[in-house]
Amino acid sequence: MPNPAAPRNSGHQQAPDVRKHNFDEVAHSFTDAEAQAEANRCLHCKNARCQANCPVGVQIPDFIAYVKEGKIGEAVSKIMETSLLPAICGRVCPQEKHCEGNCILKEKFGAVNIGMLERYTADTARKQGLLKTPQTAPKTGKKVVCIGSGPSSIAAAAELARAGHEVTVFEALHAFGGVLRYGIPSFRLPREVIDHEIETVKSMGVKFVPDVLVGATQTVQELLKEFDAVYVGSGAGLPTMTGIPGENAVGVYSANEFLTRINLMQAYKFPATDTPIKIGKHVIVLGAGNSAMDAARCAMRLGPDAVTIAYRRSAAEMPARAAEVEHAQEEGVQFEFLLTPKEVIADETGHVSGLKFTRNELGEPDAKGRRRPIEIPGSEFVMPADTVIVAIGQRPNPIIAKTTPELKTTERGVLEMDEQGKTSVPGVYAGGDIIRGGATVLLAMKDGIEAAKRINTYLEGK
Amino acid sequence: MQENTILERVQLNDVVVKFVIYKPLIAKSARAGQFVILRGREGGERVPVTLVDWDAQKGTITVIIQAIGKSTSMFNNFQQGEQFLNVAGPLGTPVEIKNYGTVAVVGGGVGIAEVYPIARALKEAGNKVIAVLGARNKDLLILEPEMKALCDQTLSTTDDGSYGLKGMVTDAIQKLHDAGEVINAGFIIGPIPMMKFTSRLMDKLGMNPHASLNPIMLDGTGMCGCCRVTVEGKVKFACVDGPMFPSKTIDFDELIRRTSEYKPLEKQSLENFQKDHVCKCGLH
Repeated sequence: MPNPAAPRNSGHQQAPDVRKHNFDEVAHSFTDAEAQAEANRCLHCKNARCQANCPVGVQIPDFIAYVKEGKIGEAVSKIMETSLLPAICGRVCPQEKHCEGNCILKEKFGAVNIGMLERYTADTARKQGLLKTPQTAPKTGKKVVCIGSGPSSIAAAAELARAGHEVTVFEALHAFGGVLRYGIPSFRLPREVIDHEIETVKSMGVKFVPDVLVGATQTVQELLKEFDAVYVGSGAGLPTMTGIPGENAVGVYSANEFLTRINLMQAYKFPATDTPIKIGKHVIVLGAGNSAMDAARCAMRLGPDAVTIAYRRSAAEMPARAAEVEHAQEEGVQFEFLLTPKEVIADETGHVSGLKFTRNELGEPDAKGRRRPIEIPGSEFVMPADTVIVAIGQRPNPIIAKTTPELKTTERGVLEMDEQGKTSVPGVYAGGDIIRGGATVLLAMKDGIEAAKRINTYLEGK
Repeated sequence: MQENTILERVQLNDVVVKFVIYKPLIAKSARAGQFVILRGREGGERVPVTLVDWDAQKGTITVIIQAIGKSTSMFNNFQQGEQFLNVAGPLGTPVEIKNYGTVAVVGGGVGIAEVYPIARALKEAGNKVIAVLGARNKDLLILEPEMKALCDQTLSTTDDGSYGLKGMVTDAIQKLHDAGEVINAGFIIGPIPMMKFTSRLMDKLGMNPHASLNPIMLDGTGMCGCCRVTVEGKVKFACVDGPMFPSKTIDFDELIRRTSEYKPLEKQSLENFQKDHVCKCGLH
C-alpha cells in the first residue's frame, strides 16, 4: 500500500562548508531503499497532475511504480518513451513549477520527490547496464541537421532519429551540450552525466560534429541544399551587459565568460588546464537569476573573502529557483537587494575597485506583475569589489539571423515563428532560447521534441 | 584525409611556424580578415589565429603562429602529419574589400602574415597596394618576398636597422606622405602599441586607418563578451563585430589593460610547460 503520509525525503547534500571548496555534485543520489520508500509515497493518481504538468509528458506515476518494484530498467525505459535526457532533467528541471508543484500530496505531506527519483532511475540504470538504446523506426532516407548541441537540439535530434531520419548535430564549440556544458556548473550537473546522455543520442545513430559555427562555417541556405530540414537550436549565446560607465574595466566579466571559463574550459584546474581564471577578494554578482546563482556559487569555490549578489528588486522577485538561492545562501553568498548599479569604479591600473549603486524602493507592478524598482534620490554609495560578474540575462546569438536574411527576427533578436512553429523559411524550424530569448533547459527540450514532430510531418509530405 | 591534419610545416624563424592544415569547410568559406580558433590538446585553450591563406580546391587553410605562451609553444611543436585537436571558423567579420584607390597594408612581426590576405584581396579589387612591413630585426621579417611580388610598392623597416629602413613603420608611413603619396585607407595588424601609434599617425595624415584587434577571446562566437573593445565610444565584440575596426577612435589603452589581465598566470603556465617538455622543433 502506498504510504503518502511518510515524510518527503528531500535528499542529502554535501555540507555547505565542504562543498564550497569543491566542484563535486552538491546533491547525493538516493540509495535503493530511499528510492523505494519515496516511490512508495506516490498514489499513482489516475489523471496525474504531475504528468499533465510535465512539459515533455514524462509518464511519472508509471515510472515510479517500476521504481517501487525495483524494476529500474523498465522504469528508465518508461521515462525515455518521452524524454531521452532523464539524468539531466532529474537534476536541472524546475520540478517545483511543474511535476512536484502539482503533486496532490504537496499541501498535506509534501510532494513526492520526483526529481530525485528520476535522477536515481537514470543513474542506476546507467550503472547497472539496464539502459537500452531507444528503438528507431526504419530508415526514411531523409536528412535533418540540428544546429547547436544544447538541450533543445539534443532533444530534437533524438526524436528525429527515433523517427528514422539521418540526423547530424553541428556544434560551434569543441565540446557538446551547449549551455549544459558551458553554463551549468559541474556541482549541479556533473560533466559525465552530459557525456552519458549524449552517448545515448549517439547510440541512436545521431552524428555529432564539433567546430561548426553555422552562419560562418556554413550558412543555413547551404545546409538546406544538403539536408531536407534544419532545426535551429542555437540558444541564447549573447550576453546582456549593463551599459554603465566603466564596464570594460579589467575584472568585469559577463556571466557567460565567467561560467564558460570554469565550466567549459575547466579553468578552476589551471595550470593543469590551460585557460586561467582570476578571482578577487570581493566579488559582486549583478542579477538574481539562475545564472547569477551559478556564477556566485562558482566564484565562492575559487576562494574569495566574500561574494555578494546585488539585485535591483527584492528577494520576492528573484527569478532564480528557490533551491538555488537556498544553496547559495548556505554556501555563504550574501544578498543585497534594491540596488541599481550606476558605475564601475576602476583603480589607476584600470582594474575594477568598486561598484557605485543607488538604492531603490519598489513601485507599481510592471507588465509581468513584478514590482518596479524606483531609485531613491541621494542614495548613492560605493561597494568595494575587485571582481564583478554581470548576470542580468542573455539574448539570442545573432550570427544565424545575420547570415540568413530570409529568417525573420523580432526586435529582441529572437526568431519569429508562425502558429505551426515554423520560421519564415520553409524547412527551417527553431526552438529553445533562440525563440525564447532565455528560458529553461526543460522548455528548450520541449521545443525540440515538438519541433521534431512538426519536422516529421513536414518530411512525410516531402 | 582526417580533418585538422597538418599537411605542411615550415619553420619561418626561431619562434614563428607556418602550418598548412586540412580543413575543407573553412577553406571553402574563408574571407580576408577572418580568423580560426585552434586547440591543441584536451584541457587546452581556445587560441584565435588569423587566417593567412586558404585553398578551397585542396581544402586547406594556412596559419602562421608565433610562440609566445604555452599554447602557441605547444602548437609550434606539432609536426607534419599530426593533428590539431580543434579548428573552428572562419570567425569574425571579413574586411570590407572594395576599390579604395590607394591603400597601405601595414604589418608588424607576424602581423605581416596576417595582413597578407587583405593585401591580396585589395589588390584583386583594383587598389594600388603599398605594403609597409616592420620587424625587430632582419630574421624576424617574414613574407617580404611574397609581399613584394604582390604589392605595387613594399617598404620594410627594422628596429635595429639590420634590414631596410632603420626605424618603425610609422617612419615609413611619414616618408610616403612626405613623398606626396595619397593613401585612401590603411589596414594595420601588429602589436597593440604599434597599431595604436600607426593609427594615430595615419589618422592625422588623413589615411583612414583600420586595425585588427586581438583581445582575449574564449569561444570566438560572440557568446562570452570577453573580447569587448571600445570603438567610437561604443562597446563592440572583436570576435563578431571585428576583428578589423576603423581605428581612429579605438580605445587602445583599454585594450592593452584588458589583454594584460592574465599575464602573470600565462607566464607561470609557459614556465611549467618549458620545464616539462622536450622540444621537437630541432632548434633548441
